[in-house]
Amino acid sequence: MPILVIAEHDNAGLKAATLPAVTAAARIGAHSGAEIHVLVAGSACTGAAQAAAAIAGVAKVLVADAPHYAEQTAENEAALAVQLAQGDGAYTHILAAATTHGRNMLPRVAALCDVAQISDIVAVESPDIFVRPIYAGNALATVKSTDVLKVITVRTTAFDAAGQGGAAAVEAIAPGPDLGLSRLVGRELTVSARPELAAARVIVAGGRGLASSENYHRLLEPLADRLGAALGASRAAVDAGFVPNDCQVGQTGKIVAPQLYIAIGISGAIQHLAGMRDSQVIVAINRDAEAPIFQVADYGLVGDLFKLVPELTEALG
Amino acid sequence: MKILVPVKRVIDYNVRVRVKADGSGVDLANVKMAMNPFDEIAVEEALRLREAGIASEVVALSAGTAACQETLRTAMALGADRAILVETEAELQPLAVARLLHAIVAREAPQLVILGKQAIDDDANQTGQMLAALLGWPQATFASKLLVANGRATVTREIDGGVETLEMPLPAVVTTDLRLNEPRYATLPNIMKAKKKPLEVFKPADLAVDVAPRLQTLGVAEPPPRHAGIRVADVAELVAKLKNEAKVI
Ligand SMILES: Cc1cc2nc3c(=O)[nH]c(=O)nc-3n(C[C@H](O)[C@H](O)[C@H](O)COP(=O)(O)OP(=O)(O)OC[C@H]3O[C@@H](n4cnc5c(N)ncnc54)[C@H](O)[C@@H]3O)c2cc1C
Ligand SMILES: Nc1ncnc2c1ncn2[C@@H]1O[C@H](COP(=O)(O)O)[C@@H](O)[C@H]1O
Repeated sequence: MPILVIAEHDNAGLKAATLPAVTAAARIGAHSGAEIHVLVAGSACTGAAQAAAAIAGVAKVLVADAPHYAEQTAENEAALAVQLAQGDGAYTHILAAATTHGRNMLPRVAALCDVAQISDIVAVESPDIFVRPIYAGNALATVKSTDVLKVITVRTTAFDAAGQGGAAAVEAIAPGPDLGLSRLVGRELTVSARPELAAARVIVAGGRGLASSENYHRLLEPLADRLGAALGASRAAVDAGFVPNDCQVGQTGKIVAPQLYIAIGISGAIQHLAGMRDSQVIVAINRDAEAPIFQVADYGLVGDLFKLVPELTEALG
Repeated sequence: MKILVPVKRVIDYNVRVRVKADGSGVDLANVKMAMNPFDEIAVEEALRLREAGIASEVVALSAGTAACQETLRTAMALGADRAILVETEAELQPLAVARLLHAIVAREAPQLVILGKQAIDDDANQTGQMLAALLGWPQATFASKLLVANGRATVTREIDGGVETLEMPLPAVVTTDLRLNEPRYATLPNIMKAKKKPLEVFKPADLAVDVAPRLQTLGVAEPPPRHAGIRVADVAELVAKLKNEAKVI
């Protein structure tokens, strides 16, 4: 029986988070020999469907094209996935990326199928055994599912992006009903010329130590420009309004694992570390030599950020 | 309108968690426990709706051992009118909690259930969505703003890439994000008053809910340790290390 991955997309194209979810599905498939199908539920979503068909390792793309999937609200998309899960070609596993989209929608699928959801897996041990972080990543639990259907969200930093070059069959499926439960009124997406946090090779992250939004932008943007970096932040910096909410890195924000993470004026609370401790190289700049961030930093620089950050930007010039 | 607020008793967010030597779980003996921080935000939001005259009653609910009474008393000290404990020694996973909540919603008929977006122990981020699905209700997760008027909720949600606003009829399920509000503190007089507020106790069997876990934990381990590296003396040394040693710039 096949494995289903629910695609995240904007109708025109696929979101990058879908690719590690396909890799996790392929790990499961490597044990069980199962085929991978991708569901694209959208409206005028041919672009997304074609992108899904081009992912290496995908056997079939199922496309449900209807106006009520345009915004991928949870209720309608979950209902459709449940229909597929319980239909003729029943699935053994349903996966989605552990993004705000997957976290929002997938537990509905699990509940309606009367099975558990396994959140945020970081490793596949077998088709029914998975590893997932708990307690802000301070512990890793190995869990075995006893359900017939496994519903799983995938931590995107823990799996490589699936490759390109596939040529999957694209099959239109009948849309499910429009439940009409919730309606999107508006969406305000942050526009930025910088790389996305989740995909960035380098992240420059700022915390409360920057003291104001003005300082945050004045000091960190030139540094990020030099490095081609994305901008991240601690919760304290987001709460204080230095940057929008989607810049928050941590247990309850974004999980990132860039090649280089530069933490500036961030103390290193466990909730923050949970989101960045898997970065390849961590640099910390903080005037408090005892700050916990130094316990995970590869290179620690103790001193006043107001002096050191401009110096660093200059040195990279 | 009645609001139901599920609150979970979890390890205090300041506690440094340790994995037990035998790998069977984390060590919860003698550690400080508290209300899940997202649930404090949920209680606060419900209280504000009552204070604004939109809600008439706020009912807190917790599922777990008898010790959860303490968490419920905290919710009542903050201002919840009464509380429900679904008492069990069994390990509760999100699906089981959602099914217990489903049964309580059938008895209490709230118009709004406000939960935390995630419990900081299991980091599951599932229960609210599962409850909404079982009820066939609309959901708005990760809320940073909630408006209730004329039988409808308008909710701003924190999503990857920004925010979005959904509108939905009540009854509905909402889960809280960090920036929805700043929870209040309980005052001493209110802590005293809370001791006299009603607290009803059920067992899962009273609600005819099977809470058997679906996931079996085979083991719990510490993540691979990350060691402190070196201190560099100045910016020049940092840049040299990043270029020549780490080779990341
Ligand atoms: C339920 C819950 C969830 C949470 N989720 C998250 C999350 O996802 N992400 C997150 O980040 N946090 C999260 N937090 C918050 C977390 O506990 C910390 O409060 C937060 O990370 C602190 O942010 P900070 O390091 O910027 O601020 P602080 O802890 O105040 O640290 C500021 C640092 O700046 C340094 N500094 C000040 N001035 C200077 C200067 N001039 N030069 C150099 N250094 C300076 C100080 O020495 C200090 O170390 C969560 C908390 C809770 C309760
Ligand atoms: N045992 C419980 N008792 C009461 N509420 C709970 C319980 N478990 C989870 N919840 C609620 O569900 C939310 C999400 O939890 P979780 O899905 O476990 O991350 C929490 O913030 C609580 O509001």
